[in-house]
Amino acid sequence: MTSDVTSFAALAPAYPELLLASGTLVLLLGALFIKRERTQLIAGLGLLLLLGVLGLVLFGGGEGQAFNGSFISDGFSRYMKALVVAASGVTLLMSFSTARENSLDKFEYAVLVLLATLGMMIMVSSNDLITVYIGLELQSLALYVVAAMKRDDARATEAGMKYFVLGALSSGMLLYGASLVYGFTGTTQLDLIVKAIALDSRSIGLVFGVVFLLAGIAFKISAVPFHMWTPDVYEGAPTSVTAFFAAAPKVAAMALLIRIVTVSFGNITHDWQQIIVFLSIASMGLAAFAAIGQKNLKRLMAYSSIGHVGFALVGLSAGTEVGVEGVAIYMAIYVTMTVGIFACILALRTEAGPVETIAELAGLAQKRPFIAAIMAILMFSLIGLPPLAGFFAKWEVFLAAMQANLFGLAVFGVLASAVSAYYYLRVIKTMYFDEPVTSYVAVPYELTAIIAVVGFLIVTYFVTVGAPLTNAAHLAAGSLF
Amino acid sequence: MNLSDHLLTVITFLPTLGALILLVVGGKGQDNLARWIALAVTLVTAALSLVLWAGFDQTNTGFQFVENYSWIGDSIGYRMGVDGISVLFIPLTAVLMPAVILSSWGSVHTRVREYLIVFLILETFMIGAFATLDLALFYVFFEGTLIPMFLIIGIWGGARRIQATYKFFFYSFTGTVLMLLAIMYMFWQAGTLDIQKLLQFKFAPEVQTWLWIGFFASFAVKMPMWPFHRWLPEAHVEAPTGGSVILAAILLKMGGYGFIRFSLSMFPDASQQFSGFVFVLSVAAIILTSLVALVQTDIKKLIAYSSVAHMGFVTMGIFSGNVYGIHGAIFQMISHGIVSAALFLCVGVVYDRMHTRDVDAYGGLVSPMPRYAFAFMVFTMANVGLPGTSGFVGEFLTMFGAFQANTWVAFFAAFGVILSAAYALWLYRRVIFGAFTKESLKGILDLDAREMVVLVPLIILTILFGFYPAPILDATAASVNLVAENFAQAIGSASAAVASAH
Repeated sequence: MTSDVTSFAALAPAYPELLLASGTLVLLLGALFIKRERTQLIAGLGLLLLLGVLGLVLFGGGEGQAFNGSFISDGFSRYMKALVVAASGVTLLMSFSTARENSLDKFEYAVLVLLATLGMMIMVSSNDLITVYIGLELQSLALYVVAAMKRDDARATEAGMKYFVLGALSSGMLLYGASLVYGFTGTTQLDLIVKAIALDSRSIGLVFGVVFLLAGIAFKISAVPFHMWTPDVYEGAPTSVTAFFAAAPKVAAMALLIRIVTVSFGNITHDWQQIIVFLSIASMGLAAFAAIGQKNLKRLMAYSSIGHVGFALVGLSAGTEVGVEGVAIYMAIYVTMTVGIFACILALRTEAGPVETIAELAGLAQKRPFIAAIMAILMFSLIGLPPLAGFFAKWEVFLAAMQANLFGLAVFGVLASAVSAYYYLRVIKTMYFDEPVTSYVAVPYELTAIIAVVGFLIVTYFVTVGAPLTNAAHLAAGSLF
Repeated sequence: MNLSDHLLTVITFLPTLGALILLVVGGKGQDNLARWIALAVTLVTAALSLVLWAGFDQTNTGFQFVENYSWIGDSIGYRMGVDGISVLFIPLTAVLMPAVILSSWGSVHTRVREYLIVFLILETFMIGAFATLDLALFYVFFEGTLIPMFLIIGIWGGARRIQATYKFFFYSFTGTVLMLLAIMYMFWQAGTLDIQKLLQFKFAPEVQTWLWIGFFASFAVKMPMWPFHRWLPEAHVEAPTGGSVILAAILLKMGGYGFIRFSLSMFPDASQQFSGFVFVLSVAAIILTSLVALVQTDIKKLIAYSSVAHMGFVTMGIFSGNVYGIHGAIFQMISHGIVSAALFLCVGVVYDRMHTRDVDAYGGLVSPMPRYAFAFMVFTMANVGLPGTSGFVGEFLTMFGAFQANTWVAFFAAFGVILSAAYALWLYRRVIFGAFTKESLKGILDLDAREMVVLVPLIILTILFGFYPAPILDATAASVNLVAENFAQAIGSASAAVASAH
């Protein structure tokens, strides 16, 4: 097979990845020549690099396939990549203020975050099972190290270890599924698989492959029953790392899942739909009840993220264009809310250290009215109350489910969201109805800015970003069908 | 840009503008400034809502002051407009808000600015719910009220406020999410969320049944209908005075409005099918909760239960499906909005002085508080439904309507009138009359100027609408006729003749 890389211009679809890859390597090399005290510079430059990549993704154009069809850039990949890069950038920025105490003040941290982001972008843009695996592993390996970066902390090491072992297991399952799919269709390229399935009717071996493939990805989006690592990793890793884990990788894995099921298995929707419906119901149900007893804020957010993955999967269950559009909107809003919540958690510190339990939030509304207000808004938004953005996220995915006549799933979903309201309200209750017990130290200005922007977006979603975001998601979903 | 083209938008979002202003000014130590700003905003809104009422064409059965833009994707639009069913709820809301703000002077002393902000936002949601013509937007406004109300009860409420506010939230939220799914299904059936188009759309009868249940889950909790009313007494008792007023006067009415606008108008077959079920629940509400009200020792709880009973008349009237019943239901809702708000304000007056709502803590208030005794008497009589007060007209019309639909329903509902007289008059006797002997009550002051300003307009309205209900009935007549005619046509019963003969 001859390469289709005949000129630099032929690589246009992959320009953002190329920029990020080369930029990251330059940073890695350059970091060796600067003083240890000045590693903040590397993180700052990394942030600039991500900004450039984001600009290229948004305005660079260059859609099409590259590398003999194993890489694709289309409306969907650009939408998801913009989310991934933005989320990585913001969470990298959020790590600045606590970098020293979390032993993240090493240049490797920023470089690893950039490499993970590169992996995620490849996942989003992959059009071949082999590219999928390359992207996934690049991302995962970087994340394993980041999780355990705080080497002398037992909890962080444990989190990194758990993440690694379970992540490796999931990668294995994914590979096994991919090899089955290859064995029964004779191709690894996603858009050729669908043609191969269309030629001869699907075999049971292929379905096995799909199940393993989906199980592998379900690990990455932490859908029940593949969610066990999430609470421990969220709790154990330093908060700024948790914020990173909770945002960008979720989007990338969800984008990968969407692409695989709609592009490769678009003509056997009925087979994978059952799996997605099951994952969705299990995630929403478990998260709604398991989160009730949590005392640690980060564990609470872990269960919350499991639940929200379940809600996003409600949209994918429909297997339609409307459904994919719904998931795309859901992920954008969910990532924004997650980033906001973690910025709030990072911003709250007492003299004794960072706030980790819900009880420590008592009376926050009287001590730090601004952060308390935004956090309350985010909690209401996570419940899905209008007019906040979280409602419109749920609106889109349930709309798709109703169109696909998945009534049982939809009724279960809204009832689960009613149950899950309880634990979000508990946080609000603690902040607003209880009396203050501690006092908090000053908030770094970049966190204040992030919190303010997120709060603004979530509150004014209906007026400001709602219509353009919906249009963008509509175009993105349209490029897959 | 002409003001009248966007009048509904201005009325709806003016309070939000006020809330934004309060975010900037009226901070620490400037409580009174914040109160004055909020009062000014609500007064302007109230004045504009009266302009709306005055500009409303009573002969037009269609929607007026319509604004229609597409907004998010192809599903959600920004659509506003009022007809005879909804137009009166907007002035009701807007006129009561200044009273609520005024009542905060005496009763709220902590986090005043936040208190005013959430009330102003709540006002936007309430007016929006009545003014919007987009089903998704209706849901946004309807459900949006949960956020401010959750905070109002939870932050400024009484001792058991947390349990009360959770109960309020979960009852409402669980009911409403089922309505959300029904709304989505309607979108896929009809291809639009424009209420004007949905009113023309005919849903298949078996689809109607499910949609009706979805909407019923939401509105029955909101009204509240027996046995979904369990959240109401607690929420009322624990909420601050302003919260109770809004809850009783406006939020409950959203349920009634929804029943008329959606259940009855869009799902007539299902409404007919379920009318027996609704009648049973209504009569149960009227009789059972009246009996429960008789034994209450907490004044607020007693009034809360009486609200449930009065809402029973409303649901009974709505689902009788004829002109009298629907007319009466709307009138009863407006009247109850004024009267229950006034009653809760009256309770607030003595609560601010004595900090107890226990009936036994009072007695003989007529001698130190003659003005208060008079005001309380007017509202008690209106609550009973004495002819000459606004309470009578609504109760009479709903019973009249129910009588046509089902004689037995009217027969049993009549017991509610007797029982309401029993509990209301007995409450009045225990609080106002009797010997003024309690040591703790010595030195209690009569209504001051601020409280008079709040209560006197409500007294005037109560008596005015009792003797001269035409302003309300005329405004609603054309639309009510249309709803009743459409309903009769849809179910193809003989009651069409009655509707057109009117």
